[in-house]
Amino acid sequence: MSDPVVLHRLQFAFTIIYHYLFPVLTMGLAFLIVVMKTLGLRKGGERWNDAARFWIRIFGINFAVGVVTGIPMEFQFGTNWARFSRYSGNVIGHTLGMEGLFAFFLESSFLSLLVWGEKRLSRRGHFLAAIALFLGSWLSGYFITATNAFMQHPVGYAIGPDGMLRLADFWAFLFNGWAIAQYAHNMVSTVVTASFVVAALGAFYLLQGRHREQAALFLRLGVICGLASSVLVAFPTGDRQAKLVALHQPAALAAMEGRFQSGPDAELNIIGQPDVRGRRLDNAIAIPGALSFLAYGHFYSDVRGLDQFPEKDWPDQIALLYYAFHIMAGLGTILAGIMLVAGLLAWTGRLEGNRPMLWILMLSFPFPYIAVIAGWMTAELGRQPWLVYGLLRTADGTSATVHAGTALFTLIGFCGLYLVLGVLYLFLIAREIDHGPAHPSHVAEEVASHE
Amino acid sequence: MNEIWYAIAAFMLTAYVVLDGYDFGAGALHLFVARTDTQRREVLAAIGPFWDGNEVWLLAAGGALFVGFPRVLASGLSGFYFAIFLVLWSLILRGISLEFRSHVHDTVWRQSWDFFFSLASVLLPVFLGAALGNLLRGVPLNAEGWFELDLFTDFSAREPVGILDWYTVLVGVFALVALTAHGGTFLVWKTGGAVQARSRTAALRLYGVAAALWPIVTIATMRVNAGFLPSLSSRPLAWLPAAAALAGLVVLFRSLRGRGDFAAFLGSCTFLAGLSITAAVCVFPVMLRATGDPSLSLTARNAGGDPAGLKTALGWFVVGLPLVVAYFVLVLRIHRGKAVAAADGEGY
Repeated sequence: MSDPVVLHRLQFAFTIIYHYLFPVLTMGLAFLIVVMKTLGLRKGGERWNDAARFWIRIFGINFAVGVVTGIPMEFQFGTNWARFSRYSGNVIGHTLGMEGLFAFFLESSFLSLLVWGEKRLSRRGHFLAAIALFLGSWLSGYFITATNAFMQHPVGYAIGPDGMLRLADFWAFLFNGWAIAQYAHNMVSTVVTASFVVAALGAFYLLQGRHREQAALFLRLGVICGLASSVLVAFPTGDRQAKLVALHQPAALAAMEGRFQSGPDAELNIIGQPDVRGRRLDNAIAIPGALSFLAYGHFYSDVRGLDQFPEKDWPDQIALLYYAFHIMAGLGTILAGIMLVAGLLAWTGRLEGNRPMLWILMLSFPFPYIAVIAGWMTAELGRQPWLVYGLLRTADGTSATVHAGTALFTLIGFCGLYLVLGVLYLFLIAREIDHGPAHPSHVAEEVASHE
Repeated sequence: MNEIWYAIAAFMLTAYVVLDGYDFGAGALHLFVARTDTQRREVLAAIGPFWDGNEVWLLAAGGALFVGFPRVLASGLSGFYFAIFLVLWSLILRGISLEFRSHVHDTVWRQSWDFFFSLASVLLPVFLGAALGNLLRGVPLNAEGWFELDLFTDFSAREPVGILDWYTVLVGVFALVALTAHGGTFLVWKTGGAVQARSRTAALRLYGVAAALWPIVTIATMRVNAGFLPSLSSRPLAWLPAAAALAGLVVLFRSLRGRGDFAAFLGSCTFLAGLSITAAVCVFPVMLRATGDPSLSLTARNAGGDPAGLKTALGWFVVGLPLVVAYFVLVLRIHRGKAVAAADGEGY
């Protein structure tokens, strides 16, 4: 713990993972709220408006925590990663600046109108506020993914006479192929997450025997969107992302798969524990040829193992990277399976009465969150030991003047603050779930009961 | 091009001070001008629809510095490390206080959030004022363009300097008084009844103090940064914002007494914007002033981003800015008129 690099990495990892738990629901839910509001615009769609009203309240609380935990992220580029900011600010400053100008202003201006403005606005006006939040949050997602994509796969840059990066081709940088693939994969995963959350709450109310009409709507919307998105997250988006990793970060692919030796006809490891010192995978269960096929489209393709790369260019957390990737892929498969079964039951009209399936749906909502975090850990650990792939090493990007003790202080501070924040968030969400969507009469009752 | 981006960064920071400034000020006054739950909800209803958008100016200004002056951003944020996190944590505390307070109908819950909201709203102007003080006084930049500052040393404003000393704390107090008064004028404009009456008294008194502190802070700035005021005489461009600040002060005093409530708020905005722009013009081109060798200072000329990239950035900036202005006008229009305390479950 005396190495400042470790502490800077831990602090960034902790604050970004914690932060992302909120926007992942914000972005997915923004999409589902637009769907609900669209259905609500139709004749006789009032029950969809009621559903939207309930989820907008959840959205509001979730968004607030996302905003406050997001503020430190942009600043930590400068506070903890100052040499990286100086080195690449001429390039990534563009997407970070555009995120503020085009996305954050849009979101922040219309949030309170979406959450509190239904009475103040016309039906159409409130629908437009939902669209604004959807656009804002999905644009924000693009700009930050494009920033990350530059770190994963730098394009459109040149190295200036001062040794710092500069922008050579704005459009190549903004529409980096890696950014587009990663964005598609990521945004679909936010819809998976929100769909599971919506379906889980529907299942919970049905199991409780409360709010039956609304619960059935939640369940139907969650399962339809969840089925579509959990298939899309694997194919084509996840597949595309994996092929880019194989092409541009072969050492990361080898580490993700625990592949120490090179060779053709590469197997896909389903289970196993990497023994980095022994250069092997223990207790492996593998599908022959599958990795060659997934990475290059042919069963016999040669897939390079870690032996092909100098050890100083290996990702420094091979075991964690391997597990992160396998947890993401494994959970993704299981979640798609759950939605497939639920979808078939819903198709035949038997889902609402199938208690075992309702139990499964209710209990499964944490797992898309875990899969999403594991996915980002795969991307970020796979990028190591580079901060900007092939250009700047992580150890060379930290702030020159910040000591380990100072970094530890702020890391501890974040742990405490975010613990409190998490407890309060869960408390408020639990209250909303307890009140349920039978809105707004419960509020009047509650006020009356207090007075 | 560097000059244009210096102006953009100064403009965005000024917008941040003026806009988030009024909701900081309203927060600092919250406990004093609003006593009952209904009155407090009136204050929160007044700033609720705006605070988040106002705060984005800080992020957007950070973005403008990132692309415009990456060396300044990297050096400044890492050098002020400790102070930056105090600001960030206060912003987090303030944001959740505002957003969480009215979700639960319980006296203890609401009073605790009211307290934290006010506390954070008092601390933030002090921190931001002290940050400005540090920029005016200078920081110990080394030859590589980095610096490291303790939170405090001996409070003497002489080497070795700390983030807090008599001068930066003085600027922090000035910022607190001025922004609290500014928030008062906003509440006078947007509220009615008892809250408005108390806000009017508070704004008049606090602006009296701010007007008295203004020359004191200016003289103090001369002591720590001898080049600050002489630059005014050679830069007629700086007279304009300085005169505007003075005019804003006159207008706000007259209007506060004469019930021209919106004019008073605009006068207050002009005063703060005038001060901020005067400071930006006076220190130009220095962005991070070195306390030692002046050639080590990071300036708009030696720390700018690459010119071609800045031109590209100007392209997206001029597309984005009108959109932002349109959002603000639209939201202000929708929330025009006096703020009304919301019923439970229907607002802040």
